[in-house]
Amino acid sequence: MTARLSAWLYRHSRAGLAVLLSAPLAWLLLAYLGSLAVLFLSAFWTVNGFTGDVVRVPTLDNFITIVQSAVYRTVAVRSVGVAAAVTVVTLIFALPMAFFMAKVAAPRWRHWLVIAILTPLWASYLVKAYAWRVMLANGGLIDSILGGPGHGPGYGLPATVIVLSYLWLPYMILPIYAGLDRLPNSLLEASADLGGRGWRTFRSVVLPMLVPSIFAGSIFTFSLSLGDYITVQIVGGKTQLIGNLVYANVGAADNLPFAAALATIPAVIMVIYLYAVSRSGALEEL
Amino acid sequence: MRSLRITGAIAAVGLLSLAACSSSGGGSTDTAAPGGGLKPPAMEALKTLGAGEGQVNVVAWAGYAEDGSNDKTVDWVHPFEKETGCKVNVKVAGTSDEMVSLMKTGEYDTVSASGDASLRLIYGGDVAPVNLSLIPNDKDVFDGLKNKPWNSVDGVPYGVPHGRGANLLMYRTDVVKPAPTSWGAVFDANSPYKGKVTAYDSPIYIADAAVYLMASQPDLGIKNPYALDDKQFQAAVDLLKKQNTIIGEYWSDYTKELQSFKSGNSVLGTTWQVIKNLATADKAPVEAFLPTEGATGWSDTWMIAAKAPHPNCAYKWMNYIISPKVNAQVAEWFGEAPANKLSCEQTTDKQHCTTFHAADEPYWSKVFYWTTPLAQCLDGRTDAKCKDYAAWTQAWTEIKG
Repeated sequence: MTARLSAWLYRHSRAGLAVLLSAPLAWLLLAYLGSLAVLFLSAFWTVNGFTGDVVRVPTLDNFITIVQSAVYRTVAVRSVGVAAAVTVVTLIFALPMAFFMAKVAAPRWRHWLVIAILTPLWASYLVKAYAWRVMLANGGLIDSILGGPGHGPGYGLPATVIVLSYLWLPYMILPIYAGLDRLPNSLLEASADLGGRGWRTFRSVVLPMLVPSIFAGSIFTFSLSLGDYITVQIVGGKTQLIGNLVYANVGAADNLPFAAALATIPAVIMVIYLYAVSRSGALEEL
Repeated sequence: MRSLRITGAIAAVGLLSLAACSSSGGGSTDTAAPGGGLKPPAMEALKTLGAGEGQVNVVAWAGYAEDGSNDKTVDWVHPFEKETGCKVNVKVAGTSDEMVSLMKTGEYDTVSASGDASLRLIYGGDVAPVNLSLIPNDKDVFDGLKNKPWNSVDGVPYGVPHGRGANLLMYRTDVVKPAPTSWGAVFDANSPYKGKVTAYDSPIYIADAAVYLMASQPDLGIKNPYALDDKQFQAAVDLLKKQNTIIGEYWSDYTKELQSFKSGNSVLGTTWQVIKNLATADKAPVEAFLPTEGATGWSDTWMIAAKAPHPNCAYKWMNYIISPKVNAQVAEWFGEAPANKLSCEQTTDKQHCTTFHAADEPYWSKVFYWTTPLAQCLDGRTDAKCKDYAAWTQAWTEIKG
């Protein structure tokens, strides 16, 4: 029986492929895209104020509220600003680090450096965020370095950007490192032969070839920052981002449809961003 | 100290969940029917207690039904199982909304409901009246907790009180001088402590502003801080928007506030007794008190499901959980005032009841227990439309900006 089945599958290789792929495909369609579809659909529902039951009658009320209230615009713009700032900061740190790892360090050290970059990812997100909270506190490490109680950045938007940049740095370093690793040394030598100095070589040779890698890294840092709500709760002072609004509507208000409507904001921003990035060819770098 | 820390941590989890959903009871003075003319479905309380069914399904706040898995020494579930033969299946709920939906499944017997959940459960027909003669320990419960708008309807009790706490004003004694006496200190836009004031991060905090307005602007006519019409609500929101300019951070995680006060990032703001105790234990120079205007607070009730599959075990549990010894254990673990008078002699820390004002009724008369605002005014007004919790939530988002 088994032998006959395998013989049949051997002759009909497409059927075999279909069997093999059906489970992961079903997972992708149902669990990933399906839940996104449900999320988007429920954004058009509302909640009955007294009983708390979801009213499954499609309406644009949630979106009208979001568009009309200035506060949601402000928060959306602030969230995009934080995500962009985190991306820029991680890029500034990641470029020299990745270059050192890929081109300067001795080859036998490289995989140790990669491991060192990955090690912080083993520690819990919460532990790291709370550690930063302590360091940023009055009398904490960073505060003391900057001149004692109250001279540090304290809690707020700058602290949020700092901590998120720290958290997502490895996700920026790794794609850039991979991109640099693929960059033949002969290109750097050729540039030097033609009289290109360090900065010129970087600008005209390295950077253009790295653009897809940088975009690949920015997808991680941008999307992870855009959806974050925990770091900002811990070190953000009184700041709120889109994630906090979603969380408040899921938890405190039990208004899932409105939370779903809010959650479509980062989803739409990410779709636009991914579309822009895909045109640069960065998706092949992931 | 270590055990107190863990206690605090667990308490925080419980309190957080309380907070997240805005728990507990109608204003302490109002007696108007919170359903606004609605009647709960007619139901009979259990008449006699039979043999236990072998198990009981409990919905509880974190820290209310401990079986020793968080701390070996904190275990009142196993002794109950040994004593009654009822195996306890605990489902920890994070919010009042979760409690309500869990109770609607009909799979659970009893729940430690907070004021907002309790009313929704009563009027939804999900919980039954209780026969207090089957719960002998109820006679020792403080009178100030009995027959309240959040645990009874028209004199019919729907549960047994579990415990209560108040939201206090905490300040650093080394920074804030002179010592404040009023909530006005956290609502002063020209505060010298700008950027170091903290507030509780939940829509229910709007009620704290309303409590202050009750005293500072009597012409607004606020009788119950959870029943705010358009004008009163707007006044509270405006006050909080002004307050936002002096806020350093909002807290919802108790460890966050504790650490802020210890480091001095926050020097003034709303707190819970348990946080003040932990800060003092860590040698932070802080003081917490009930301001002259009174304050908001919480009060929880154990209730029994209308279609409880194991009613006898559920009654045994309700009697057990408010027994002097166990109620004392829960109150200490969670950091609140016990409901049972006799618990005060059973606490490990003999000062517990004094610290948490368990028997101090004048103290509680100034506490407005958390309750969910409804469109139908909770203070009994029929000529006004009040803001419901959904409106409070949206306003809270706008206040934070």
